[in-house]
Amino acid sequence: MITIAEQQLSEIREHGIRDYPYECCGLLLGHFEPESKVVTETLPISNAREESAKRNRFLITPEELMKGERYARQHNLEIVGFYHSHPDSPAVPSQYDLEHAWPTYSYIIVSTSADRANDLFSWEQEPDRSRFNQEEIQCQ
Amino acid sequence: MPVTITIPAPLRQFAGGQSQIVVEAKTAGEALDLLTSTHSALRRHLFNDQNALRNFVNVYLNDEDIRHASGPDTPVKDGDTIMIVPSIAGGAVVESEVGESLPELSHEEILRYSRHLIMPEVGMQGQRKLKAASVLMIGTGGLGAPVGMYLAAAGVGRIGIVDFDVVEESNLQRQIIHGTKDLGRRKIESARDRLRDINPHIEIETHESRLTSHNAMQLFRNYDIIVDGTDNFPTRYLVNDACVLSGKPNVYGSIFRFEGQASVFWAEKGACYRCLYPEPPPPGLVPSCAEGGVLGVLPGIVGAIQANETIKIILGAEDLLINRLLLFDAWPMKFREFKLRKDPKCPVCGENATITKLIDYEEFCGVAPHQLPPSDSKLEEITASDLNQRRVRGDKIQIIDVREPHEFEIARMPGTKLIPLGQVVTRMNEIDPEVDTIVHCKGGVRSAKAIEALKRAGFSGRLINLKGGITAWSEDVDPSVAKY
Repeated sequence: MITIAEQQLSEIREHGIRDYPYECCGLLLGHFEPESKVVTETLPISNAREESAKRNRFLITPEELMKGERYARQHNLEIVGFYHSHPDSPAVPSQYDLEHAWPTYSYIIVSTSADRANDLFSWEQEPDRSRFNQEEIQCQ
Repeated sequence: MPVTITIPAPLRQFAGGQSQIVVEAKTAGEALDLLTSTHSALRRHLFNDQNALRNFVNVYLNDEDIRHASGPDTPVKDGDTIMIVPSIAGGAVVESEVGESLPELSHEEILRYSRHLIMPEVGMQGQRKLKAASVLMIGTGGLGAPVGMYLAAAGVGRIGIVDFDVVEESNLQRQIIHGTKDLGRRKIESARDRLRDINPHIEIETHESRLTSHNAMQLFRNYDIIVDGTDNFPTRYLVNDACVLSGKPNVYGSIFRFEGQASVFWAEKGACYRCLYPEPPPPGLVPSCAEGGVLGVLPGIVGAIQANETIKIILGAEDLLINRLLLFDAWPMKFREFKLRKDPKCPVCGENATITKLIDYEEFCGVAPHQLPPSDSKLEEITASDLNQRRVRGDKIQIIDVREPHEFEIARMPGTKLIPLGQVVTRMNEIDPEVDTIVHCKGGVRSAKAIEALKRAGFSGRLINLKGGITAWSEDVDPSVAKY
C-alpha cells in the first residue's frame, strides 16, 4: 500500500499534462513503514531534461537518482518509488517497465492525453520479478 | 581486499535486511558474484538470464560507473565502496505485451508456421509476437524484396511498404518481389500482390509516396521496426534520424557492386548510423547502383540478413547486430565484422544532441533535387534530339563517352571516343579544344562531373553535357541502341 496526499497526486497529474506528448517522471520521497510507503514529497525530474533525453527510454539516470538520494537524505527522507506518465496509453506497466524495475518500490503510472490526466495507478513488482501487482493508493 | 557494497533500500529484504555488506574481492565483478552467491535472491534483480548485469542496473565503484572503467573486471582496492544504483526506465511503447494478450493463432496458421513453432526459440509465444508485430519497409527494391517476402512468410502481422516507383525491366535482375508481368506497374501494388500471395494471413499497408521529412515521423509512429532498403544517402540519414527521434530500431542494409553492409541501429541500445558516419560522403563520390552496378544476388543475401535481424528483434533475441557492422563481399565470399561504438557527441543520439527534429536531407547531403551539379558552374547542356540534328547537319563536333569499357560493350553511340570518368583529366590532351565537345554517360550525372573536372583542370574548349545520357539517345533518337 502507498499513502500519498491529494496534493502530491495532482502534482504528478499536472506534470504529466505539462510534459505531454513526452513521458514525464519523478521521484516519490517519504518513508518505508511496515505495511505501507508514505509519500510526503514528489521530485519531478523530466521537465528539467533536454529534448534528446526525453526520447531516451531511460527517464532517470543513476546520476540524477544519486542527486535525489542526496536531497532525500538532507531532508531525512528516502526514495520510496517513482512515477512516470504513459502518454495516450493505459496506466499499466509494459513488459519494458517490468524488466526495468525492482520490488518494494512503488511505481505510479498516470495515463495522459493532450489536455488531461486519465487513470492513475500504483504498481509494485512481485519479488520474483514475474509481474506487477496493482497497489492500493491510500489518499490522505 | 575487503570492499563494502551498499545495498539499495528495496533490495535489502533479499540481503537479510542489511544495508551494507563487506566482501573480499579483487574485482567489482567478483565482489558482486560473492554477494549474490551468499544472497542468491538478490541475483535476479541485478543480473538477467544471460548472467549479464541488467541494463538499468548501474554499479559505481566509489564514484565511477564501472561501465566507464573495465566493467566487471575493474580492480578494487582495500576500503573501496561499491554502490548499486538503478536508472529508471519508462516505456509505454510495448504496451501490447502486457496490456492486452498477444493475438491467437488459427489452425491454418499453426500448420503454416509449424517449423517455427517446434523450435523453443520461437514457439507459440514467439509466433504470436510475430503476428502482433508491425514492420515498415522503406523501398521495395533489391533489399526490400527479400525483406518483405521473408517477413511475410514468417508471419509478421502487419507490413507497411513505402515506395513511389514503377517496375522497370532493369529492376528484375535482383528485385525478385516483382515479375515480368508487373512491368510498368506501381511497385507497391506489385509488392502487395506478391506478399499477399505468400501469406494471406497478414495485413499489408501500402504508402505510395517518397519518404520525406514531412511524412516520416507520422509514418514511423505506427510501426514497431523500420527496415531501411534505400539506395541513397539523403533517405538513409532521414530514416536514421526519424528512427532515433521516434525511438525505433533501424534495420540497415546497403549494397554496391559485390559488397554489402548490414547493422541494427537502435539509439537506445547502441550506435546509430550517424555515430558510424557523422557526415555524408561528398555528392558523387560514392556511385549509386545504377551507375556502379550490383550483383543481383547480393541484395538477396543482405536483405535476408535484415529480415533475420528484424525477426530476432521481434522475438526478443540476444546478439542482435547492435554495435556491429557486418561487411560482406560476394566476390571473395567473405564476411567481416566491425565493432561500433555509440558516439557520445553524436548530433542526433548523443548526450547533447543538436538535431531534435528532421532537417532537409537533400541539402545536408549536398544534392540538389535532381542531382545536378551546383548552378554556379553554368553547365551547358544539349538534348539528344538537338545533338542528332547537329550531327545530321554535319557540324564539327566530338563526342566523349565517359562510361566504363564494359558499359561501352553493352551499348554505344556512333562516332564516340571512350574516356572513362576516372581518366578524363589525365587524358585531357586527347580532347580537341578547338571543336565543341559533347560529353555523355548513361544518364547525364557522370558526364556533368567529367565536365566539372575538365573545367577545373583548365580545359579551354567548349564542353556540352548530353542531357539524359545514352538512355535519352536511345529513347528519343535511336531505339536500336540498347537501354540498360
